Amino acid sequence: MLPIRRREKKVSQNEILRVEHLKKYFPMEKSFVEKMLTRTRHFVKAVDGVSFSVLKGEIFTLAGESGCGKTTTGKLVAKLIPPTEGKIFFDNVEITTLNHQAVRMFKRKMQIIFQDPYASFNPRMKIGDAVGHPLEIHDIAKGLEKRKKVLEILERVGITPAERFLDLYPHQMSGGQRQRAAMARALILQPKFVVADEPVSMIDVSLRTAIIDLMLNLRRDLELTYLFITHDLAIAKYISDKIAIMYLGKIVELGNKETIFSNPKHPYTQALLSAIPVPIPERIRKNNSRTNSKKNRTHRRGTFRCKHTFRLPLSHKVSIRQKSL
Amino acid sequence: MTVIGSVIVLSMILLTIIGPWISPHDPTAINVSPPPNPGPPSGAFPLGTNLLGQDMLSRVLCGGSTILQVALFSVLFCFIIGVPIGLLSSYAGGTLDKVFTLVMDSFYAFPGLVLAIAIAAIMGRGVVNMALSIAVVYIPSYFRIVRSQVLTIKELPYTEAAQAAGAGGGTILLRYILPNVLPSIVIVATVNFADAILTAAGLTFVGLGVGIDVPDWGWDLTQGRQLLPSGAWWVITFPGLMIILLALGFTLMGEGLSELLNPKLEQ
Amino acid sequence: MSQSLINVDALTVEYWTRRGKIRAVEDVSFSLDKAETIGIVGESGSGKSTLGLSLINLVPFPGRIIKGKIILKGKEVLKLPKDDMRNLRGKEICYVFQDPMTSLNPVKKLGDHIVELIRTHEPQITKQEALKRAKKLLKDVEIQPDRINDYPHQLSGGMRQRVMIALAIALNPSIVVADEPTTALDVIVQAKILDLLNALRDAYGMALILITHDLSIVLQRSDRIMVMYAGHIVEYAPSIEIYSNPKHPYTQGLLKSIPNIELDDQKLEAISGSPPDLLNLPKGCRFWPRCYCAFEKCKSEVPPLIKTGTEHSTRCFLYEEGRKK
Repeated sequence: MLPIRRREKKVSQNEILRVEHLKKYFPMEKSFVEKMLTRTRHFVKAVDGVSFSVLKGEIFTLAGESGCGKTTTGKLVAKLIPPTEGKIFFDNVEITTLNHQAVRMFKRKMQIIFQDPYASFNPRMKIGDAVGHPLEIHDIAKGLEKRKKVLEILERVGITPAERFLDLYPHQMSGGQRQRAAMARALILQPKFVVADEPVSMIDVSLRTAIIDLMLNLRRDLELTYLFITHDLAIAKYISDKIAIMYLGKIVELGNKETIFSNPKHPYTQALLSAIPVPIPERIRKNNSRTNSKKNRTHRRGTFRCKHTFRLPLSHKVSIRQKSL
Repeated sequence: MTVIGSVIVLSMILLTIIGPWISPHDPTAINVSPPPNPGPPSGAFPLGTNLLGQDMLSRVLCGGSTILQVALFSVLFCFIIGVPIGLLSSYAGGTLDKVFTLVMDSFYAFPGLVLAIAIAAIMGRGVVNMALSIAVVYIPSYFRIVRSQVLTIKELPYTEAAQAAGAGGGTILLRYILPNVLPSIVIVATVNFADAILTAAGLTFVGLGVGIDVPDWGWDLTQGRQLLPSGAWWVITFPGLMIILLALGFTLMGEGLSELLNPKLEQ
Repeated sequence: MSQSLINVDALTVEYWTRRGKIRAVEDVSFSLDKAETIGIVGESGSGKSTLGLSLINLVPFPGRIIKGKIILKGKEVLKLPKDDMRNLRGKEICYVFQDPMTSLNPVKKLGDHIVELIRTHEPQITKQEALKRAKKLLKDVEIQPDRINDYPHQLSGGMRQRVMIALAIALNPSIVVADEPTTALDVIVQAKILDLLNALRDAYGMALILITHDLSIVLQRSDRIMVMYAGHIVEYAPSIEIYSNPKHPYTQGLLKSIPNIELDDQKLEAISGSPPDLLNLPKGCRFWPRCYCAFEKCKSEVPPLIKTGTEHSTRCFLYEEGRKK
């Protein structure tokens, strides 16, 4: 447990987000009979004791398959849902429980981008209004000034000519444009931290790189930090600084990008990496004996589900690689 | 379909407005035609006359206004009462929602006409009372539709996005949820209209409608039914046809609207 | 010249919608031999799903096949009467639908799904026989045979997809068409399913048509690849050729934009522009607005499929006879 304790003692100036033993349990619905007969309550342990920290300017990725808890963690961090247990620190201030006013102020510093670019916009609101709405909510700007700021941010995310898009409805734009607009909406409040929940998985392949590059450029220009959530490890490898692999609500491996990919320690990580399709025809792969070890791991696909994997104490898994911290 | 329906509805509305001017006789004047009454359709009285000697054509032309008014008011009441309750209850959730749902469901369990009759009997005659009693029968439907929509929309990403931006419940309900619920409400409203017309006719039929001095298709139905065994088929037929036509018009409008509004969203 | 299993010639499919005619598929020709895998790759609007459905003549209203021939084992599919077509489906050519969640009947047990299918096409088989075959099929797709009495909701997404595959191979079809067989699934399950399809292909000699937007999967697992854009085939070649010698600018762009997990420090490039609006296609080559080297001819004429190698054809004026690059 040493690495974590050491971190608690020194307050890192560089740390923008810290999450400690975060848990989110959803009570399972019981049938009427069960309610009458049993007193025990069952929970879906979506997030089961997750701890990590993110440094300023970093891109920290939560990676894993569906159901591992990564999206729920993202929502907990963005304070869209309350945690069952655990603490969240943002900019060295504990934000786990905040009053109404404080939550509103917090939302100006941390924003979230959702996975589905179509569903994340109100189909009956024009894009210009949707992107500018946060300014209204926080009484920052109205009328002409609001319009100016909306145009600015739209240009910034690559939606040009911005005027043309102000009066469009979401269904009149392409997926890529909508996701850019979603970023514009998230960034118009000038946050410092953005949670990006699978931002490109529902976008056409040919447009993904553009969005990812945009995110990287915005990080540089606007000094942002990202919590990037994805199931696509190939994208994770491209964009992240640090990666945490999640499984069944827990982090099973955490480290910086290079080490996770070149030397994965946890069996689940290894299984995950070996299952990812590589865009190279089999015959050519067989000829390049560059990554023999990865190929031979194919038989491991079924083995990660052995019970003891998730009975390993969390510290064991987390302590794997903390060099950069 | 919408077009046909709207045409029917609009021409009916037009009829009620200009009816009094174009009807050949005063619809309430009795014994306009010499006895014996009721008289069959003839040159002077193309749609015949009823027992009181009133000209059927005039009554048909002018008799729609009551029914239309009742239908309109009832839909209005439903909107004003049913929609806000539905919105607030389903958005807030919890015990409040459970209570309201229970209340609405119990109203829903009543057969519409029976409930309307019961309430109208208590409240007495008049357009507004009729409208209210019909509204009570229908509010649960509005509530249900609104509720099911709100429950869905509440979970959609764009509502979450609004919350993430810091929007409060009121803003979310008004600008994010209501505009998306409206299409379904409009469709219910048109079906509501159609049914309200039939129920209004039904209420008059059992004697709970407006007085005899106002020309009313429902009233003609009552009279016509009594006259039917004696062979005077025209008294019930023409007003009956008008009622059916009006209800059909609204139904078609509703069907067409639902087709229009939904596939667009899918596209 | 081997006897092709299926031969598609100049297939053109349109959707007659209220807003106008949409040419979803235009002038598509290809053929498939036994035990071959062909990957049909494209993004939204490419027409790949419509193409798949045309192969079994199930294009949904308001779509119509307006031109072209499909010859399956000597029979002209599009001219077959309804009953014959129904016999063909399931027996000779099978379709695995995209979404395993909704493609199974929730009130039917797994065993019933399979048994019914078998007995519809082979009415002389007894229930016992059918049941035995069903159990063997479940084993083939790596589901424990004693789950034969389970209902779909008791299975996970991956298992449901495997049941769909079991249904597809139940009657030993010559061709299996899998439409996005893995999009709704996690990476590890995805790999298992694809391995399964390949194993079945090797065991039963089926031909496999993989329809997907994921170029990595088809590069890795198919013999030939057909790249589609806005209803046209833009490149058609063996996967090795596509990988090492992509000719069409779109294919090149796609290859440069997919992250490869086995490479470090990749530089990804985006394809500019947006996906095609099928109601408003540009004049000439449908890709020219996004092409890095479009010239005048591209903007006015549609390029034909040009042979650019022994088994390699490309729809691009760059490779026209006599053109100097």
